[in-house]
Amino acid sequence: MSEKQTIPITIVEIPEGFSGKGFFATSMDKAVGLARKNSLWPLPFATSCCGIEFMATMASHYDLGRFGSERLSFSPRQSDLLMVMGTIAKKMGPVLREVYIQMAEPKWVIAVGACASSGGVFDTYSVLQGIDRIIPVDVYVPGCPPRPEQIIDGILKIQELVGNESLRRRNSKEYDDLMLKYKME
Amino acid sequence: MYPINPDRNQFVIEKLSSRFGQAIELHEVLADMLCLTVRKDYVHDVLLFLRDDAELQFNFLTTLCGMHYPDKEQLGVVYHLHSFVNNHRIRIKTAMPISHPEIQTITSIWPAANWMEREAYDFYGITFGGHPNMKRILNVDEMTDFPMRKEFPLEDQTREDKDDSMFGR
Repeated sequence: MSEKQTIPITIVEIPEGFSGKGFFATSMDKAVGLARKNSLWPLPFATSCCGIEFMATMASHYDLGRFGSERLSFSPRQSDLLMVMGTIAKKMGPVLREVYIQMAEPKWVIAVGACASSGGVFDTYSVLQGIDRIIPVDVYVPGCPPRPEQIIDGILKIQELVGNESLRRRNSKEYDDLMLKYKME
Repeated sequence: MYPINPDRNQFVIEKLSSRFGQAIELHEVLADMLCLTVRKDYVHDVLLFLRDDAELQFNFLTTLCGMHYPDKEQLGVVYHLHSFVNNHRIRIKTAMPISHPEIQTITSIWPAANWMEREAYDFYGITFGGHPNMKRILNVDEMTDFPMRKEFPLEDQTREDKDDSMFGR
C-alpha cells in the first residue's frame, strides 16, 4: 500500500577537473569557492521593514537554509556576509562601519532594499543616502521592501561572486585601493 | 487634548496677572485651550508659581518644544501644562531674538524637561541656561546646523543623482 517516496538529494555541481577511480582533482580556487559559496554565514543588520521580509526569507516557507545559509551569525567575527536591511540613519553609520571592520576576511556585503541602497524615500538630512557611502557593497537588492524571492536572488548573486572569486583578490592592489577609498587600512 | 476645563481659564489669568503683572504679555484661547504669552525672563518663575500654587497645582509638564518665527527673526519655546487635580490644561509661550537664543532651564521644576530641552537645542539651537547636560540628543554630534529652523533645507544636500527637472523644479 505505502509506496516509498524518494526525494532526490540536491548536490552542488561538480566543478571542472579530473576524476578517476577514487579521486577527483580540481584547482584550489574552485574547491575553496565551492565550499565558501555554499556555507555563507550571514550577519543580519536589520533596522526596518526589509528586516521583516528577511525573517520570512529565513523561515520555513522560503527557507534560506536550502542555499547553505541557515546558520545566522550575530557576531561580526564569525560571519562572512553582511546583510544590511533597512534605513540607516547617519547616527547609525559609524556603528555599521564598525561592524563591517570587525568582520574577518573574506567578507561580502549585500544592501537589501531602497533605503540601504540609496536612502530610498528618506531623502533627508538625518538619513544616510546609501550604505555604499561608508562601506563597499557587492550586491544591491531593489524593492521597498523586496519580496523574499528578490532577497534569495540577491543571495544567489552573492554566491556567484563568492564562487568565482580568485583566492588572491583580497591581496590585490585594486582591493587595497577600494579599502583606501573607504579609509580602512 | 481633552478635557481642558475652560471654566478655570479666567481664574488662572487673574491670578497670574495679579502676581506677575506686565510679564504676562498676552492671553488668548487658541484651539479651545488657554494660551499665555510670557516675557522670557519670567518664564521660570511663572512655571514654578503655577506648579506650587495651592489653588492652581499644575503638577505635570505635558510637553515642551521649540518654535521658529522667520518673519520676526525670533525663536520661541512652548510649554504645555496639565493640572491633574483641577482637570485643567494651559499653554505657555515665550519668544526670544534669534541672535541671542538663551533661556533659563526648567529642569529644576520638572526633571522631565531635561530631554525635551535637549531636543529643542538640537533642532532649534535654543540654549537652556543651567541645564545639566546641554548637548544634542537625536542628531549626530558633528552636526553644526539646527535642522528645524525654516531656512534649513530638509533634503540631503550631498546627493548628486537627483535631477531637479525630474521633480518639477
